[in-house]
Amino acid sequence: MIALEVTVFLLVAAAGTAVVLTRDPLNQAIVASFYGLVLGIMFFVYQAPDVALSQITVGAVALPLMILLALAKVRALRGGNGEDDDR
Amino acid sequence: MTPTLRRRVFLVAAVAAGALLLWGLTGLPDYGVYAGPYGDVLNQVAVAERKAANVVAAVTFDYRGIDTMGEEFILFAAVIGVAILLRAQRGETEQPPDEDAADRHAPATSNAVRVVGLALVGPVVLFGIYVVTHGHLSPGGGFQGGVVLATAALLVYLSGEYVTLRRVSPEVVGDLAESTGAAGYVGVGLLGVAAGATFLANVLPLGEPGALLSAGTIPVLNLAVGLEVAGGFVLLLSEFLEQTLVIRRPGEVT
Repeated sequence: MIALEVTVFLLVAAAGTAVVLTRDPLNQAIVASFYGLVLGIMFFVYQAPDVALSQITVGAVALPLMILLALAKVRALRGGNGEDDDR
Repeated sequence: MTPTLRRRVFLVAAVAAGALLLWGLTGLPDYGVYAGPYGDVLNQVAVAERKAANVVAAVTFDYRGIDTMGEEFILFAAVIGVAILLRAQRGETEQPPDEDAADRHAPATSNAVRVVGLALVGPVVLFGIYVVTHGHLSPGGGFQGGVVLATAALLVYLSGEYVTLRRVSPEVVGDLAESTGAAGYVGVGLLGVAAGATFLANVLPLGEPGALLSAGTIPVLNLAVGLEVAGGFVLLLSEFLEQTLVIRRPGEVT
């Protein structure tokens, strides 16, 4: 059990660092979504399933979605309709 | 402020914050040790007193129900704030959604996404209702279930188009759900006052722990929160989508 707890703890640390080290906002939204999922798993492993459910719904779905939509608006404002940056 | 000075100020602050953090960490209780009496007492009495199988729900919707009301209104105020900020400003015009604009290079939604997305809508709605209505029995509750319900609207958008989403959930539905949910929570609280007890007192029949109709006001409050959160998140989603797809400034590329 301890091994699982340590693993998930390290995973959260790694995912959090990855969010900081990702510089492009578009990629960052996806990495942040993964971080939200890992954080939810940690809450679950530490026996807080109520909080884990909230964390997964908000951290892995709602937050990245808002970031993606805001990014889409910003790109539309710049008039940049490049090949790979739609949506 | 020059970069060098800024770096020095940062280093001093970082060392101080790090030292403070370490000092705090040394004072933490040992791993897995719970010091306070509050949780132990609740574990002993909550099921017997409130007939709620999920003690967490008994805390958030009964013993500390007023805190949850505050949280609910934080979300309420946040959604209103977003709706006000993202309205069509002076000089901006609303245009038909530009999903089919000729210069838009987004790939068409694949049939796989459409089929899987639409097939998931029903189960997701069912799961959301389950999470909302079983909050007093198992992990979950109004907040979690409400967000799950709102993701059903997101699936409709992903597998269809913006206009489909608007037809399935017009803005007035989101408005109504959000405000009814927020008012419902206060209404259940006033029920306690009307019954001669305190605000948010659990005055409904408690039933037996584990039954769907048990724990008095807790499932009713969960329903109110579920309605409020689902409506609020659908509103957030449609406000952001509207900003991105419909509202245009003069001269903006559509």
